[in-house]
Amino acid sequence: MNAVTEIYTGFKSLLIGMRVTIGQFFKPAVTVRYPHQTLKIPLRYRGHIELVGNPASGKPLCFVCKLCERACPSDCISVDGVKLEGDKRKSVTSYKLDFTRCSLCGSCVEACREGAIRFSRDYNLAGLAKEEFLMDLVQRFQAQQAEAKPEVRSAKPEVLAEQKRETANVSLNPTP
Amino acid sequence: MIVNEPNPPGSAATAPNETFVLNLGPQHPATHGVLRVKMTMDGECVLRAEPVCGYIHRMQEKMGENRTYAQYLPNTSRIDYLSAMTYTHAFVGAVERAARIQVPPRAEYIRVITSELNRISSHLVWWGAFLLDLGGFTPLLYAFDDREMILDLLEGITGARLTYCYYRFGGLYNDVDETFLKGTRQFVLHMRPRLKMYRALVTDNVILRKRLIGIGPISPELCRKYGATGPVIRGSGVAYDVRKAEPYSVYPELDFDIPAFPEGDSMARYLVRMEEIAQSLRLIEQALDKLPAGPVMAEKVPRVLKLPAGDYCYAVEAARGRFMVRLVSDNKEIPYRVKLRTPCLSNLSLFEEASRGMLLADALALMGSLDLVIPDIDR
Amino acid sequence: MSALFSKLVSLLDTEPYRLVVAVVVIVSFVALNAAYLVWVERKGAGRFQRRPGPTEVGPAGLLQPVADGLKLMSKQLIVPAGADSTLFRAAPLMVMAPVLMSLAVIPFGRGLAARNLNVGLLMIFALGSINVMALMLGGWASRNKYAMMSAARVVSQNVAYEIPMLLVVITLAMVTGTMDLNQIVLQQAGGFWHWNLFRVWVNPLMPVTFLIFYICMLEETNRAPFDMAEAESELVAGAYTEYAGMGFGVFFMAEYANIVLGCSLATVLFLGGWQSPFGLLPGVGWFLLKMYFLVFSVVWVRWTFPRTQFYRLLNLSWKILIPVSLFTLILSAAMIKLPAMIKLLRALL
Repeated sequence: MNAVTEIYTGFKSLLIGMRVTIGQFFKPAVTVRYPHQTLKIPLRYRGHIELVGNPASGKPLCFVCKLCERACPSDCISVDGVKLEGDKRKSVTSYKLDFTRCSLCGSCVEACREGAIRFSRDYNLAGLAKEEFLMDLVQRFQAQQAEAKPEVRSAKPEVLAEQKRETANVSLNPTP
Repeated sequence: MIVNEPNPPGSAATAPNETFVLNLGPQHPATHGVLRVKMTMDGECVLRAEPVCGYIHRMQEKMGENRTYAQYLPNTSRIDYLSAMTYTHAFVGAVERAARIQVPPRAEYIRVITSELNRISSHLVWWGAFLLDLGGFTPLLYAFDDREMILDLLEGITGARLTYCYYRFGGLYNDVDETFLKGTRQFVLHMRPRLKMYRALVTDNVILRKRLIGIGPISPELCRKYGATGPVIRGSGVAYDVRKAEPYSVYPELDFDIPAFPEGDSMARYLVRMEEIAQSLRLIEQALDKLPAGPVMAEKVPRVLKLPAGDYCYAVEAARGRFMVRLVSDNKEIPYRVKLRTPCLSNLSLFEEASRGMLLADALALMGSLDLVIPDIDR
Repeated sequence: MSALFSKLVSLLDTEPYRLVVAVVVIVSFVALNAAYLVWVERKGAGRFQRRPGPTEVGPAGLLQPVADGLKLMSKQLIVPAGADSTLFRAAPLMVMAPVLMSLAVIPFGRGLAARNLNVGLLMIFALGSINVMALMLGGWASRNKYAMMSAARVVSQNVAYEIPMLLVVITLAMVTGTMDLNQIVLQQAGGFWHWNLFRVWVNPLMPVTFLIFYICMLEETNRAPFDMAEAESELVAGAYTEYAGMGFGVFFMAEYANIVLGCSLATVLFLGGWQSPFGLLPGVGWFLLKMYFLVFSVVWVRWTFPRTQFYRLLNLSWKILIPVSLFTLILSAAMIKLPAMIKLLRALL
């Protein structure tokens, strides 16, 4: 008798399992069909880093203190700059990121006291050569400036507030 | 039902020259990662299973000797990438304990919430992959669907989906927002019925039960001999959990049970992990209710940390067992030694003794129930 | 024009042209099914798993089997060094041929059987065991430990499940009184209450009989949850490990052809073949509907359950299915002889 009840409960469990699957059969697919469809990337997404510009002058905020270069665990960053006439601090002329070594840890973004670098939201980075991932961030900054020129020039309060919100997502260590 | 037991090794049927060596090579669908298992087989029966690890040795401990404490943080996520938050918690906790940094309560509660979410996502991956080994292909996709919700929540606050690097010495990288808190509550409400569905589809399924009950019995003495912790020892009846045995963070203020099943077979370990998901949901709800307002970062954390000379350690309950970080410092910016006591190495060690005389399919079910992540073994 | 057409049809109706046409139709039916059942399986698997399945190649992925076929055909046919090359090459052929031959006796519609034998049922089961032998030869001839282990498993599994299947079929032959598949279908005319599945006044356990037949059919075709032969996560690809390109393709096609054969047989024996459920418009359409419903259920079962263990599989057969099928056999025999026995008793008393 025990064997019969065992067979009965076993068989019933199989039918219950089949009911679960057929229920899922009639539900819609949850797949997002990339690249025909894309997802909305969250604000705090960690793409590779990029330079942040000063909204008033349109130049990068970076003044080559090299704190990011020292903080990086993987030696990805090399920054260089010159002191222009009439400026108190240096201006960045070359900011190279070796993305093949970057682990997106955020140490550089955190180390920067000015908020001069932030994470971008670039995610579809397919390339055919290693050289495409040795990124020149100054060039990227200039390309971005050229695209967004009218917004930057106008320096509307809302635009400034949005930029400030985006960079404020990075919490900086309080200076001792 | 009476089951014909396979011939025990050493019986008359096993002539020594009739055995062969089957190599469950580094590339194999069932070993979760690059683990080689040299099995000496007599027909379908495993006489000796010798695990050979080291195929993914990345010198994590040596890297600790060449990086400052802050620079080592990304490494901690990559030791066991499925349970990354808890591993970072251990390292950060060790440094905080050494430097006597006081973490604000809001940060501690958020650490608990994110660690428990991570534990659920790790157990979901284990569940899907285990069933894949056993031949059921569908539950993997259901588990990953739920895991996607967790990953989206954590991506919203940290920006990363697998290797988070979210905790810092003294608190967190940044605060959580309203979307995360609402989303986590919704996730908890979504997950409980899903656990019921998993029970109906898989746990109560007669085929799975026949496959796991009585398979791979591991006694508590065997666990103690090899130092196995986590669901492996809880599946043998010993209710040992680091969150209760060596309490850390705000776990003493939260109310949860430690699931332990005395049978010691693969089914017990399976049930322990499913029950742990339910307990993690309970912990997350309590932590959300008790979440205080306030800063998420301690106030005076030096930019460059130098720990006083000495020996410090901190243990956490990771998804796979007891993970402990031991730091030896000689008063420099760079630690003298970073020792990582990982749970999977101890869990794997008992596989050789436990799998003697088992059939191949059962030995693989046993290995799946140990929940191994090979980078955790090799570091 | 129509006179020419009717002349052509009457010519084709004579032997041997009729047989040639029938064979061509069967081979193309099997080929089309083998190719597009792969599509059905992948789409079905996708839907059970809440994902779309193949969508890129062709509309709704309908050209995916074509792409897969081209891929398999473009690969080199490798025979491993040290393997027995005759047996290695013969194994895929031996798996495919019996299925094609068995489909020659299945009545797809009224008068639509390629060759209607009065022992059609016997012929199908005579040919059915050859694919086991072919798998075993393929596994053994590959000179590969995984393949050899898988071949050993396949043989014991198939032998164990031949027995309950044959017992069930004998029960059915006793109940219907004939081995001619066309006759069996004609007996089930009327509504669905005449189908053999519901013929409980002769054999009260007829639904159980159908269930046993279904399980044995799943098992003979090496489908999950009984797919020990190619248990992917344990034995890589089992008996097929060493086969490359179209050799593997033929095994694959043969598996789907076997499923079609098994489901067709279940339809003919238990579900009324080409008869309609309400007595209106019987025809080949009903046959195909019922057969494809059973094929869908085979796909459904595959994607729901994990694999059983090997000794439990054998236990299921020897300790449960065989006793139950023996019991149904004896019960049907008793029920058939019941009127005669009552008459005898009345005469005696």
